[in-house]
Amino acid sequence: MRAKQAERVLVSGNEAAGEAALRAGCTFYAGYPITPQNRLTAYMAEHLPRRDGTFVQAESEVAAINMLYGASAGGARCMTSSSSPGISLKQEGISYLAGSELPAVIINVQRGGPGLGNIAPAQSDYFQATRGGGHGDYRTPVLAPATVQEFADLTYLAFDLADRYRNPVMVLSDGMIGQMMEAVAFDHLGPPAPPPKPWALTGEPGRKRNVIKSFQPVVEDMVEFHKRFLEKYARIEREEVRFELTGPQEAEVLLVAYGTSARVCRQVAERMAGDLPFGVALFRPITLWPFPAAALAHVAQGTRGILVVEMSAGQLVEDVRLAVEGACRVELLPSPGGAVPQAAEVAAKLRYLFGSQERKGTP
Amino acid sequence: MRTQQQTPSRTVPLYERPAALLDVPAHYCSGCGHGTVHRLVAEVLQELDIREKTIGIAPVGCAVLAYDYIDIDWSEAAHGRPPAVATGLKRVHPDKIVFTYQGDGDLASIGMAETLHCANRGENITTIFINNAIYGMTSGQMAPTTLVGQKTATTPLGRQPATEGHPIRMCELLNQLESPALLARVTITTPRRVRETKRFIKKAFRYQMQGVGFSMVEVLSPCPTYWHMSPIDSFRFIEDEMVRTFPLGVVRDVRNRDDAAD
Repeated sequence: MRAKQAERVLVSGNEAAGEAALRAGCTFYAGYPITPQNRLTAYMAEHLPRRDGTFVQAESEVAAINMLYGASAGGARCMTSSSSPGISLKQEGISYLAGSELPAVIINVQRGGPGLGNIAPAQSDYFQATRGGGHGDYRTPVLAPATVQEFADLTYLAFDLADRYRNPVMVLSDGMIGQMMEAVAFDHLGPPAPPPKPWALTGEPGRKRNVIKSFQPVVEDMVEFHKRFLEKYARIEREEVRFELTGPQEAEVLLVAYGTSARVCRQVAERMAGDLPFGVALFRPITLWPFPAAALAHVAQGTRGILVVEMSAGQLVEDVRLAVEGACRVELLPSPGGAVPQAAEVAAKLRYLFGSQERKGTP
Repeated sequence: MRTQQQTPSRTVPLYERPAALLDVPAHYCSGCGHGTVHRLVAEVLQELDIREKTIGIAPVGCAVLAYDYIDIDWSEAAHGRPPAVATGLKRVHPDKIVFTYQGDGDLASIGMAETLHCANRGENITTIFINNAIYGMTSGQMAPTTLVGQKTATTPLGRQPATEGHPIRMCELLNQLESPALLARVTITTPRRVRETKRFIKKAFRYQMQGVGFSMVEVLSPCPTYWHMSPIDSFRFIEDEMVRTFPLGVVRDVRNRDDAAD
């Protein structure tokens, strides 16, 4: 007798993220139309009110993120989603959320940039996502899904991380993962268990008042504030690193990629491996911050080199170089402007770079 | 001749600090209007018995530290974003009282979009709008409400409509929308006007308690420091000059009657 399989439904990434948010207990969503994430906003508009939540179509991305600030200050699990240009507009608000230690989930379904760019899938907001994006010293955990199922799972996880660390969390998807449809199981998500929030603004009679703010006019107070922030970020770096390693144990060459470009690389590592004269493994960061630097450095030991494949002009590659600290060759296959690299392209680049033992230089 | 002293139990206080107003020194300049309006808000919260269910949203501007003075739950907001923060907060706590306290730069310049759309959605919140026609905290630059000809740090020859436009009348602007419940402009230059200001602040909070919708009370308020005037001359400036651009009175009251005020 066959074991009963979890029920799976065919949905797009954007819908999967919306459903996961609802299952995580999200009760407030604010968003503004922008392609390629519109299906997520529409999903929340349709389903959130039915589950006793509030959907607001905000007048701008700026207003949407600040509505989250209010909803989160009130203790609600809340989310907004957008795509690259809209995420730029949200950066001030994300900085305020981080400075005020307010949990919130922000989904970026990346598109080509800079400027208006295009609506094709891209990975060019890596710096913005992993380096804070807005003003001031702060960090936001960044989760990068490579499948529609993972988009759902990581969105659910984002709510838990946000509450656990009282910090905004970003899910960094792209137009491919957002719009493609795959079979997704949801049964394992929930019920949500948000922690108590004694700090929330609830207008509660009888208790000492709560004030939510990031303003610290006295330098010494701000310094204390940052000491606490640094401890928090260090704890996240210790406890929340996530990555996946696929391919042979004794691979000579390592591909490093996340999200959509990791799907392409997986195809190379799994299906085209026989055509290559050397073993290839794929190292896929799932958390872009905290970056799995120690794990990558360990895996990179003894390899001939790394090829970073990303849909940008070269951003992830900097974290890879920082992680391996010169221990091996780190090369880049950039794919900016909304172009998705093809598996054959990756294989050709691998052959060119690592096909002969002698070749050491950059082409 | 009466020699017997009155016993304390028979003393009737005529004036005291409202319990919601914290007993701390304020950072405001002498002659500033914020102190008066803070007190009025504190009195109203107490008289309506809503102090323990009220959440304030502080702006960026001179009132950024409003949370240091009124003893309720408060949230900070980025510059201009109190209406958006209030929207999120009120939607998740519809049974609580939420108000924003904003200056002219916050409400009518950088936060214009948030103000208009919050009012247009008819969010059931209260907005206290301090219009002193200047950016105080950043040292006296032109505000969206700066009068024509008024000299500021960024209009050293006076505001010129040809290049800086005209002052924006927010009550009248919001009156173009269908949703707002109460839009009123008041000032605090005389005891009578202070009482009237309190009456409208109270009405605005009462409307929120009754679920009537968005209310805004615009208070013409003195800034002696950056108007470069004495406090007395600042009051005169409001009475003689400012009200000609910003006429006092009710611009919108959906219930259109005063008996709901007290």
